[in-house]
Amino acid sequence: LVGILFVPIGLTSLSASQKIVELIDRYDINCVPMADKVGYIQDSKTDKSCTRTLTVPKHMKSPIQIYYQIGDFYQNHRRYVKSRSDKQLLYKDAAHLTKDCEPEGYSAHGAPIVPCGLIAWSLFNDTYTISVNKKAIEVNKKDIAWQSDKNKKFGSDVYPRNFQNGNLIGGAKLNESIPLSEQEDLIVWMRTAALPTFRKLYGRIETDIMANDQLTVVIQNNYNTYSFGGSKALVLSTTSWIGGKNNFIGVAYLSVGGLCLFLALVFIVLYMFKPRYNIFVSLTLSSRKSHFIPFRTLGDPSFLSWNRDTMDCSN
Amino acid sequence: MAGEQGDDPNPNPDRRRRRRRRGALRLSRLYSFACARRPSVADDHAESARIGGPGFSRVVNAGAAALSLEQQQQQTAATAEQLLVASASNSISTTKYNLLTFLPKSLFEQFRRVANVYFLFSAGIAYSPLAAYSSSSAIAPLVIVIVATMIKEAIEDWRRNQQDGAFRDAKWKDVRVGDIVKVEKDEFFPADLVLLSSSYEDAICYVETMNLDGETNLKLKQSLEATSTSLPDDESFLDFGAVIRCEDPNAHLYTFVGNIEIHDQEAQQHPLSPQQLLLRDSKLRNTEFVYGAVVFTGHDTKVMQNAMKVPSKRSNIEKKMDWVIYLLLFSLVVISVVGSIFFGIATRDDLKDGKMRMKRWYLRPDDTEIYYDPNNAAIAAAFHFLTAMMLYGYFIPISLYISIEIVKLLQALFINQDIKMYHEETDTPAHARTSNLNEELGQVDTILTDKTGTLTCNSMEFIKCSIAGTAYGRGITEVERAMAKKKGSPLIADMDNGNQYFQPEGKVAVKGFNFRDERVMDGNWVNQPNSHVIEIFFRLLAVCHTCIPEVDEESGKISYEAESPDEAAFVVAARELGFTFYQRTQTAVSLHELDPVSGKQVDRSYRILNILEFNSSRKRMSVIVKNEEGKTFLFSKGADSVMFERLSGSESAYREVTQQHINEYADAGLRTLVLAYRELKEDEYAYFDRKFTAAKNSVSADRDEKIEEAADLLERDLILLGATAVEDKLQKGVPECVDKLAQAGIKIWVLTGDKMETAINIGYACSLLRQGMKQITITLETPEIIAMEKGDVLACEAVAVWEKGRRYGGRSRICGLPMETTGLSPPAALEKPKTLAATASKDSVARQINEGKKLVNASSGETFALIIDGKSLTYALDDDTKAMFLDLAIGCGSVICCRSSPKQKALVTRLVKTGTGKVTLAIGDGANDVGMIQEADIGVGISGAEGMQAVMASDVSIAQFRFLERLLLVHGHWCYSRITSMICYFLYKNITFGVTMFIYEAYTSFSGQAFYNDWAMSGYNIFFTSLPVIAMGVFDQDVSARFCLKFPTLYQEGPQNLLFQWRRIVGWMAYGVASAVIIFYLSTASLQHQAFRRGGEVIDMATLGATAYTCIVWAVNLQMMITVSYFTLVQHACIWIGIALWYVFLAVYGAMTPDFSTTFYMVFADALAGAPSYWVVTLLVPAAALVPYFTYAVVKSWFFPDYHNEIQWLRHRERAHPDPESSADVEFGHALRQFSVRSTGVGVSARRDAAVVRRLNGTQVHHADSPQTQAS
Repeated sequence: LVGILFVPIGLTSLSASQKIVELIDRYDINCVPMADKVGYIQDSKTDKSCTRTLTVPKHMKSPIQIYYQIGDFYQNHRRYVKSRSDKQLLYKDAAHLTKDCEPEGYSAHGAPIVPCGLIAWSLFNDTYTISVNKKAIEVNKKDIAWQSDKNKKFGSDVYPRNFQNGNLIGGAKLNESIPLSEQEDLIVWMRTAALPTFRKLYGRIETDIMANDQLTVVIQNNYNTYSFGGSKALVLSTTSWIGGKNNFIGVAYLSVGGLCLFLALVFIVLYMFKPRYNIFVSLTLSSRKSHFIPFRTLGDPSFLSWNRDTMDCSN
Repeated sequence: MAGEQGDDPNPNPDRRRRRRRRGALRLSRLYSFACARRPSVADDHAESARIGGPGFSRVVNAGAAALSLEQQQQQTAATAEQLLVASASNSISTTKYNLLTFLPKSLFEQFRRVANVYFLFSAGIAYSPLAAYSSSSAIAPLVIVIVATMIKEAIEDWRRNQQDGAFRDAKWKDVRVGDIVKVEKDEFFPADLVLLSSSYEDAICYVETMNLDGETNLKLKQSLEATSTSLPDDESFLDFGAVIRCEDPNAHLYTFVGNIEIHDQEAQQHPLSPQQLLLRDSKLRNTEFVYGAVVFTGHDTKVMQNAMKVPSKRSNIEKKMDWVIYLLLFSLVVISVVGSIFFGIATRDDLKDGKMRMKRWYLRPDDTEIYYDPNNAAIAAAFHFLTAMMLYGYFIPISLYISIEIVKLLQALFINQDIKMYHEETDTPAHARTSNLNEELGQVDTILTDKTGTLTCNSMEFIKCSIAGTAYGRGITEVERAMAKKKGSPLIADMDNGNQYFQPEGKVAVKGFNFRDERVMDGNWVNQPNSHVIEIFFRLLAVCHTCIPEVDEESGKISYEAESPDEAAFVVAARELGFTFYQRTQTAVSLHELDPVSGKQVDRSYRILNILEFNSSRKRMSVIVKNEEGKTFLFSKGADSVMFERLSGSESAYREVTQQHINEYADAGLRTLVLAYRELKEDEYAYFDRKFTAAKNSVSADRDEKIEEAADLLERDLILLGATAVEDKLQKGVPECVDKLAQAGIKIWVLTGDKMETAINIGYACSLLRQGMKQITITLETPEIIAMEKGDVLACEAVAVWEKGRRYGGRSRICGLPMETTGLSPPAALEKPKTLAATASKDSVARQINEGKKLVNASSGETFALIIDGKSLTYALDDDTKAMFLDLAIGCGSVICCRSSPKQKALVTRLVKTGTGKVTLAIGDGANDVGMIQEADIGVGISGAEGMQAVMASDVSIAQFRFLERLLLVHGHWCYSRITSMICYFLYKNITFGVTMFIYEAYTSFSGQAFYNDWAMSGYNIFFTSLPVIAMGVFDQDVSARFCLKFPTLYQEGPQNLLFQWRRIVGWMAYGVASAVIIFYLSTASLQHQAFRRGGEVIDMATLGATAYTCIVWAVNLQMMITVSYFTLVQHACIWIGIALWYVFLAVYGAMTPDFSTTFYMVFADALAGAPSYWVVTLLVPAAALVPYFTYAVVKSWFFPDYHNEIQWLRHRERAHPDPESSADVEFGHALRQFSVRSTGVGVSARRDAAVVRRLNGTQVHHADSPQTQAS
């Protein structure tokens, strides 16, 4: 039954996944010209722009999602996850609540940092400028964060203060005139990923891109993934009802369904050729005796005759 | 005044009457309390010298005038108070807690469990920065669990308290040592009393000690002359005062040493013996009232000293569960260590060459607390270990204990509610008093049962007789009925109808009489061919006994008071058959007789010349009577073994027939006695009389021998009359029940205080013994030993106290030895012969055990029965012999221990329990069984007529023995299988949960971040997965009740613990791990890093966690669906509620403000609900997770079925093919059934089988073909 149900679901989701066009470009290696990658990325003076050219294999229907994908970045590290202050993000007068944020709670001058903590501090700061066939297209950076986060988790009257003022700059700086609820990049970033390799939404392209179009992306390669040996990639993807491209669900459905069908078949065949009753009798005769410790049997005549009886009927 | 009781509001020594609510036990409290130590007085009596010495320090001042006595002696208030404290209050409580001790004590009980300690520990961590999740969510489950458990304990204890209150009369607790108490007829003694006087002139009273030793015959107690004469009524106590010095409280029921000094009699001391001691909880019978001085109260009384402390019983499963928890803890530590090591390495690597080379710079490893400090990675790892211990805490099922307790409570409720265990006549349902042991009921290996009141109703019925070679009586014994039922013969219906046919005719069934035979009833015997024999037979029944008739003035009905119920049965039988015994004087008995010639009622009286009493070595009793014509007769009745050799040689006409009848009767479970008589010649009697009188009057030690010799002269050349068969009426359904239990592989031991003969008879009656079974009897009634003990007796004779105790204290005990050797050091003069006898006895017992063992080892295929008496048991239970004894006993099909004291019962129980390591169940109804009930793994009390002690001490109480069958085979099995599957399932679900977290840790570089939301995690065990488990624990039935009873072998799953083997436990654990792996990888791989919604949003920690969590909830609850084999509505509801609850939680918790819901804010409403991939994944993952189990289950039940699988299959087939004849399953079921009814050594079936074998061997009949024909 499960098999019958699962195979179609698997097929549907697989086809949905197949229709999705996804473009992945890992740029972290190619965008660093020097051997000393860490030194390069930590040098704030050099211009780190980097141009990548991609060819779109298939027609991409809008909206096209732009993601950045980072590998081996432990956003789920306990120290990292805890290093934030939800109250401070939401309430204007809670700026001082930076208990969990150390060492990014207070600036060098002792003023509380808003938003505090390691998560905000390490905000992703690569930027992408995309043009199709040499013609720049707009990247829509609105509505990339969860609506609920914008409304209820980040205050519309809370403004960044003392952010990235220390001697150690983590990542992106924030415009102090825009309230946190509008800082969608931050909001996206602050939803910590579950696994060390993750994608985050960067923006959307609201126009279709035709097959074989040339995509040129100018990347400001600022973010340091080199220290910890992580990876960075740019992802452009369309979506369907199932979300992004992932054949796994479909394949898994098909295999589970297939397995079930196979098992059912095996059991049916077994049943046809070897009805249970006979199996039982033979098993009982051979094994049961040793299974239960007999209780000092008398040469029980009925027991013997039963043996004979059942033998007769099974033959 | 020294010894004056301070708190007494009315110290005035005037009598105050107290009327008890229920009856009218008037406690004439003359003088409240005064007590003091006095230097011991030099005394002629050897043992009296010990009084006042160590072990004999108790001094009781009884009565008002003792006051003045007190004053003469120098007292110190201190000693008086000390003793006041020392003597226990008379109130007895069986509850575990009281208001004050409840909190600490129950908390202690709670934390005796490993798991709870662990949780306390992790709760401690929760408050440190090490916490993996918020502290309140970590504490909440623990608090809920502990509080719930404590509430449960409190309720249980409170209920127990209620029962205490109902039983113990409030006033009893006011009785103090030294009070004079008046007890009236048919009342229980409130404390241990020294008998002072009674309503009889010679100050005797009859006492029923059923609650102490299970014997129903009355015991005679007699007070000292000194007290009996002077204290006839209440008034005389006004100026009575006495000092009693006696032994300290001890557990020996049959000894008492002390003396009494009555103050108005020039301080003369009179020795006290057990003869004067009235024990608490025995009952006054046949005596209007007695006065007694209280010597022991409350826990000091002999009964209570015999009682053991109420132990907190824990079931084997629970003990094993502790090991499972240890295993889990161990694996928890292992994975925590693994995690910590990885964490340590990762942390260390974060920082290289000082501050500037940070690896994971976003963690700021240059500026950390100690917990993440790369420079001190080892310490950080150590701290992380603690975090991990807390994080993976879900390995240990915190709610397991509370769930089990709840389940057990509900199971107990079901047991209580079972209508099939409800006894209508007495309006008593079964009652599980402690629910801790339900599943133990499914694992019982040995049942130790009391006899009187448990197996039997304790009433004798005259049922058959054989007179002059003709068998009369068509009554059907329980055993026969059981056998007939087994055969399924149509005869049974006829028989039953026949019974009813006899009953109605306006005749009420007479107690003790179940004889149906129109040939001899209603005077018809006159027409029988040998009517003269019959006449003498009936006359003998009416004359040869020691009963006392009681004529009811109004109705003219005659009832009898007899020493033993079988004697009463004889007299009743005689009465019903026309020989009514109506009067006994000192020298004569008078009968209404039916004269065979005239056919009229005539009154005759017989002069009783002598009564030759019954004792266990003579095994017969005789009376010598002279009838009105002046002829002298000897009427004799006795056991066939002794009687047949005393018959005259010429009388062989129907001797063989009678012998055959006797064998038949015995095989039908009846008690048989042979009746014979002889006419005596004048000179013969005269000669005997001389000798007998001489013997009686002799004071030498061999008096008994001489009497016996004299009796022997007469009791020979008897003329056989016939035999009687009395049924010791078994409780309804006992043989069937015993048979079923035996088929279920449960061994049954009978431990009884009765005589060996009685016990053996009952053994026959309930099919524990049968013809053809080899009996190994271990006894010390051998001539040498008796001779040895005679030596003791000689010494004893010198001591008057001992001598007195011997007469009524007990028949086979001589000198109260050796059962009670320990507690009481006898006078030095006695030491030597005693040790001699003891050693000899011990050797003899050891030898007998060895012989028995050889016998058992040598033969195969034969069934043995072991019968051992109390005296031998004392030695058999010694440390060096007990292993041997147990070995022998296990080799035997059935074991009967006779004449065992309550303590011995408990010791035997302990021996079986510890010796075999199997679960023991003790069942009994009287106070004498309390020790055994408490000692056994499970104590079952029969809530019958006799007091409530047994019930109070028991874990389960039932109304009738036969309910044991259902209790064990059905409820026991269910509870066992439920609890085991429940535990396994618990392990599975928690491991599944815990392992997903562990795997997740691997993706967070083991930083200790929890995969799921804090509160979601705490809710896992308590809300989302607990209800279905509880429902399973309460409602699941692997096999229906009908099949449980039909296939008793199924029960063996319990004793052999097939369902809770390590293999099964570890299997479930492994399956849990497998599920976790499947769930984790499938759900993460499905929702990896791509967008999971149309809007392009990607999964984050909260959403992925929620999805995985959903998958687990589904998987675990669906797993439950597969596991459960018996679906009820509740079951369904619970599973769906569990799942629904999770969604509700997701929605509601998510809707709360982010302050509360943190990561879960709107996670469902906003993110998940709208994402088809979420739904798709939550469908896929659970299904995938269940595939392995499903496959396993099918394969298992198909190819390697457990016993219950087979029966399930059978049931399934039966349902599918309602017409059983047409289906091939008939044979299948038949085969199964045949198999399940294994041949057993004991029980009705075995007896039937043995009978078949005998018949086959005898007649050389060819094997019949089907079992049915063989059986018939």
